[in-house]
Amino acid sequence: MINIEINGKQVTVPKGGTVMDGARQLGIYIPHFCYHKKLSIAANCRMCLVQVEKAPKPLPACATPATEGMKVFTHSQQAVTAQKGVMEFLLINHPLDCPICDQGGECQLQDLAVGYGTSESRYQEAKRVVVNKNLGPLISTDMTRCIHCTRCVRFGQEIAGIMELGQAGRGEHSEILAFVGQTVDSELSGNVIDLCPVGALVSKPFRYSARTWELSRRKSISPHCGLGSNLIVQIKQNRVMRVLPRENEEINECWLSDKDRFAYEGLNSDDRLTTPMIKRNGQWHTCDWQEALVFTVEGLKSVMEKHGASSVGALGSAHSTLEELFLLQKLVRMLGSGNIDHRVRQSDFRADDSLEGVPWLGMNIAEIEQLNSILIIGSTLRKDHPLLAHRFRQAVKKGAQLSIINPIDDDLLMRTAHRAIVAPADMVHMLAQVLKAVAETKSLEQVSAHIKQAITAVSITDVARAIAKSLTTNPSTAIFLGNLAQHHPQYADIHAIAHLIAKVTGANLGFLGEAANSVGAYLAGAIPGRGVLGSEIKSDQNGFQFNAARMLGHDANAGPACQAYILMNLELELDAYNPQQAMKSINDAEFVISLSTFKGSITSYADVVLPIAPFTETSGTFVSTEGRVQSFNGVVTPLGDTRPGWKVLRVLGNLLQLDGFDYETSEQIRAQVIPAEDAITRYLNNNLKDYQVNISSKKLDGLQRIGEVPIYQADTIVRRAGSLQLTRDAASPKAWMSTMMLEQLGAREGEIVRLRQGNGEAQLEVACDDGIPLNCIRIACAHPHTSSLGAMFGEVSVEKL
Amino acid sequence: MTQPVQIILAGVDPAEPDNWRLRNYLKRDGYVALKKIIANKIPPEAIIEEVKKSALRGRGGAGFPTGLKWSFMPRQYEGDKYLVCNSDEGEPGTFKDRDIMQYNPHILIEGMLIAAYAMGVKTGYNYVHGEIWKTYERMEEAVEEARQAGFLGNKILGSDFSFQLYNHHGYGAYICGEETALLESIEGKKGQPRFKPPFPASFGLYGKPTTINNTETFASVPWIIRHGGEKYLQLGRPNNGGTKIFSVSGHVNKPGNYEVPLGTPFAELLEMAGGMRGGRKLKGCIPGGSSMPVLPGDVMMKTDMDYDSIAKAGSMLGSGAVIIMDDTTCMVKALERLSYFYYEESCGQCTPCREGTGWLYRIVNRIEHGKGRPEDLDLLDNLADNIQGRTICALGDAAAMPVRAMLQHFRDEFAYHIEHKKCMV
Repeated sequence: MINIEINGKQVTVPKGGTVMDGARQLGIYIPHFCYHKKLSIAANCRMCLVQVEKAPKPLPACATPATEGMKVFTHSQQAVTAQKGVMEFLLINHPLDCPICDQGGECQLQDLAVGYGTSESRYQEAKRVVVNKNLGPLISTDMTRCIHCTRCVRFGQEIAGIMELGQAGRGEHSEILAFVGQTVDSELSGNVIDLCPVGALVSKPFRYSARTWELSRRKSISPHCGLGSNLIVQIKQNRVMRVLPRENEEINECWLSDKDRFAYEGLNSDDRLTTPMIKRNGQWHTCDWQEALVFTVEGLKSVMEKHGASSVGALGSAHSTLEELFLLQKLVRMLGSGNIDHRVRQSDFRADDSLEGVPWLGMNIAEIEQLNSILIIGSTLRKDHPLLAHRFRQAVKKGAQLSIINPIDDDLLMRTAHRAIVAPADMVHMLAQVLKAVAETKSLEQVSAHIKQAITAVSITDVARAIAKSLTTNPSTAIFLGNLAQHHPQYADIHAIAHLIAKVTGANLGFLGEAANSVGAYLAGAIPGRGVLGSEIKSDQNGFQFNAARMLGHDANAGPACQAYILMNLELELDAYNPQQAMKSINDAEFVISLSTFKGSITSYADVVLPIAPFTETSGTFVSTEGRVQSFNGVVTPLGDTRPGWKVLRVLGNLLQLDGFDYETSEQIRAQVIPAEDAITRYLNNNLKDYQVNISSKKLDGLQRIGEVPIYQADTIVRRAGSLQLTRDAASPKAWMSTMMLEQLGAREGEIVRLRQGNGEAQLEVACDDGIPLNCIRIACAHPHTSSLGAMFGEVSVEKL
Repeated sequence: MTQPVQIILAGVDPAEPDNWRLRNYLKRDGYVALKKIIANKIPPEAIIEEVKKSALRGRGGAGFPTGLKWSFMPRQYEGDKYLVCNSDEGEPGTFKDRDIMQYNPHILIEGMLIAAYAMGVKTGYNYVHGEIWKTYERMEEAVEEARQAGFLGNKILGSDFSFQLYNHHGYGAYICGEETALLESIEGKKGQPRFKPPFPASFGLYGKPTTINNTETFASVPWIIRHGGEKYLQLGRPNNGGTKIFSVSGHVNKPGNYEVPLGTPFAELLEMAGGMRGGRKLKGCIPGGSSMPVLPGDVMMKTDMDYDSIAKAGSMLGSGAVIIMDDTTCMVKALERLSYFYYEESCGQCTPCREGTGWLYRIVNRIEHGKGRPEDLDLLDNLADNIQGRTICALGDAAAMPVRAMLQHFRDEFAYHIEHKKCMV
């Protein structure tokens, strides 16, 4: 520790700390632009020059290491003269266009110019003009305003993992720009808007739509990925105008993914439902709530009279709130049905009975950075979990070894130590190899004889041995299952072997939660066979207890599924594991109720549409992938006749004359799930008990599909976010294959091919990616162009046109 | 009159095409110092001690004591360490390193070998200025000759000492002569100076301990080892050991490189260069390269050419580029040209230099073109104050010092320009 004195006040900073660190501890503000606590030190703006005793010239506080006994003066004449001198230089070529600049009102240069600038400029020469750049649909540029602090450049290099912006040219001619002809496509790109201290990089979707001082700031929680980013939602005249990060060091730090930042555009989309709608005699009518709810109740009762209560199925979304999911399961169970689930993209439910608790991250988000060895199984990490990917990136930067077992080899923008890129059907076998390799140095005492027997015939590849070595030789290790693993047709076996490897190596096992409320949905009891907080519900009480696959007909051997469906916050043609079969089940049903925020194509299969509020228009709770319970309030009033989902379900319960549906507030509902004093962590557990692993996989003929969910198709709101839909990540899906597969097919990159899966077909452009394993084809799901196809994994045939 | 004492250029004959070759360098006592060190297994500390004794000071511009710099290198450090030669001679007026490499390249190689031996370094880079391609090719040939002869490479002259030397040429950015920008450039990055601390001795090339010296500095080392530091010191003056090559340019009859002992009176150097062109009067002289303060002719004529004497006179010895200006020179125009150079060569990284150099140039340009304003001179002074000492590297100072000195010594001329909108000369 080093003791220094700043403006006569004593402060102690750690060895290697700077004058700026000391000043921040003391609460002394030193003006700055290029300094940012999360980025490396550039010391280029020179605004933080301070006087240091015995130094002949002023020194930059951000870069000057504290030395014992150092005396610093931040407001002495020497310091202030230097700071004012720098401010003058910064302003000479800065346009005086504050009145039309979007940054106006939240501009660091504007603020500091008040304190350090003069009212008149001594600069009489022509000002510099810099040509604007097209950085894509999210970031708007006014490069003449740039003060060359390079925060945006450093962000790319250090946080996003890709240097998409750089400073080219020399001296006065230096400019911030992307590589020639390129845009900024990182899934974290929007953070440069926050980082830019001036109006050079501003939000394109928000541009010119409001002045910052007209906006109210409301706290909220992101409804998208499992991270649970803390948001500031800014509103004007009851409309969400933009979303900014709310700093939380334990979750999103000061960052937001582009999905969290720009998805708000979907909230204001034209596709919003504003009134309830019912279908009478094949005709859609808008109506009031009374009529719609009575229609709903009558429809449900009629099906139950004909087919029994167990013919009713309820499917929620893990993007819905804890309260909504709780009431949905309560409603359907009180009706006498056990058919409730939220895992519409999961296909393998064999391990359900063996779960010892709710699957979760297995640790705190911030702890990821402390890991020494990490194995990620089945994940399009950057796209599914943009900010978790950043945490992993920081861990790798600190020296962690990252191994992946994945059917795709996308660039994670971080160093991977070991990569096992195998076909989906070979993932279980690869894990078995790792387990066997682990057994070479670790005792398999805890492993059942059945497993030991199963792996005897497995021969270990070099990469499996390397992964095993990484897991066994490092002190702090973890294994994570990504979305792709959770959707995988052998998810249960993947989970079970990963659990064994974790058990034997002492690694932490975790799940990268797909949606904002993946953990919450389990806790709320929105799964078959388990009630609130995992309490067991015996099937003989409620007849059938169908899971999502069963309800949506993914199990081809099973009989007809349900006759009535209550769908909440779902577009099954995009959200289901197998949209073909899901839509067949839905279309075959007698009565379909959809509680939805958006119209989409719901009216093509539902019988009644009840408009429910998105997260900005209702109060509620999400439980993030790390098990953090975060409640929020609505930030605007519901649009049109839209109502919060929990209120709709409450009234439905009342109209169905069910007991216990008289909640007045969402807090009352929350209290039914989340114990007041009790920490929920004891309900979170990734272990499996008594599951019989099967490491042999079905031999598949033909091409195997790798169906990933595109980043901007993952939920209903983001699908309608106009600007995000213009990004490269939202480009129309292609059929990706390796060169060898293309040659076998006789197709060339860019050609259109016909794809057949199940009873459906689609025509897509083919593209080449040699990172794709042999006999595999990567086709995104959850997209209108591919929703005619079948399961996310499985056989696909390809024909040239 | 002092006779030219030659250490670096001794026996060097530019007119003789093969004079630079290894066989001819060997005839000039080439590699004798290296052989002596290896044969006698001279301890590295003793070499550094000898260099300290010689009072050899950095010939690149800053004049930092070389032996002291070498002693900063962590000798016990286990990992990679680097030795870098700064041959990115970009300072306007300076052309000595070019001639050393062109006509006596092995003296540089030998100097670097000795330095590497003294500091326990195995890898060296010679960063050659981007605009002297032929010289770069000459260095490549010389390095190859040295490799073939066993002076470079593994187990040099049968000893345990190994040293690999690579030539690396820049692309002509002045800023890459700044040592940390040079390191960035070798690493393949944009040539921009780093903030210091950390200094290269602890965090240099690829983040490893690195020593960087100028070409002429290295070239002085073999003689010191052959003859001893004491003798080298005696060639010059206390604290200003040895000889120095001055690149004399401007209004003289025989512009060129002159190697003379430090402390040689300026008047003698001027005479060696053939005296003033057309017998005109010396109006001013920049004694150390374009970034150093100009001195009036009469001050210069009373000054000796060594670090301390020139500093006393109000300027700096710098890289030893002596720019002579006679009484036909318009100092406004001269400053305009200097300011334009720094405006063009600023790397643009930090604010005062990026914005300030352009502002300075534009004001001087206006004055030169008859559009000056009376308040401009104070403004120039003040802007120079606001740049100097506020930047990451010394380029800001280099841009500011000529402005301040010109205004200090030739203010009348600038005022005349502003008032009469034309030149007084």
